[in-house]
Amino acid sequence: MKVKYFAWVRERIGRAEETIEPPADIRTVGELIDWLAGRDEASAYAFEKPKVIRAAIDHAHVKQDAVISGAREIAFFPPMTGG
Amino acid sequence: MTAIATIRIQDADFDIAQEIAAIGKGRTDIGAVVSFSGICRGSENGEPIAALTLEHYPGMAEAEIRRHAEEAMSRWPLSGLTVIHRVGRITPGENIVLVVTASQHRQAAFQAAEFLMDYLKSSAPFWKREESARGSSWIEARDHDDAAAARWTKS
Repeated sequence: MKVKYFAWVRERIGRAEETIEPPADIRTVGELIDWLAGRDEASAYAFEKPKVIRAAIDHAHVKQDAVISGAREIAFFPPMTGG
Repeated sequence: MTAIATIRIQDADFDIAQEIAAIGKGRTDIGAVVSFSGICRGSENGEPIAALTLEHYPGMAEAEIRRHAEEAMSRWPLSGLTVIHRVGRITPGENIVLVVTASQHRQAAFQAAEFLMDYLKSSAPFWKREESARGSSWIEARDHDDAAAARWTKS
């Protein structure tokens, strides 16, 4: 699946998007955050406060207990500051 | 007549008078037009700023605004609706966002405009980065923006 990052999450990870293949036992957005954070130092820094991170699956906001199976695109970003 | 929502995300500035004129063009059923424009302030928390840079999530930003525009049209009897949000670098005094709502009577137009702005602030995927003499940093979300959006949730 494709993963996208925005604002300071993107800056900390050092890339805007990537394609990932998480293990089959990673079921939810929250579990995916933990798995991503465990990959390297930059990702650990981006996800150091997982509760702050907002997520979207296929362009719709989701909570961290949302199931990721079937998702084409998952995005992670800080709380929004538009308007 | 069914209301049509115009939604644009763009780098370029917009002309508020032109957008207000466009929403009522050729119609005689509109009795009220409300417009809200958000403008880049020259200071943030008392510190002067040089510019804001707005990042967005292409695809989702349009979808999220459209979802809320459709909700606004289902909750209030609107004749027309325009939302324009700029992205990229914006300097103090420049426009950032525009919401225009049109209806037969003022109450629907006022309420729908406020509803849309509250949702744009709290859930449209845009992020502001500020530049100042001290460097550049991401603006933090404010709890009162979430609270403002929450008051529109039906209980």
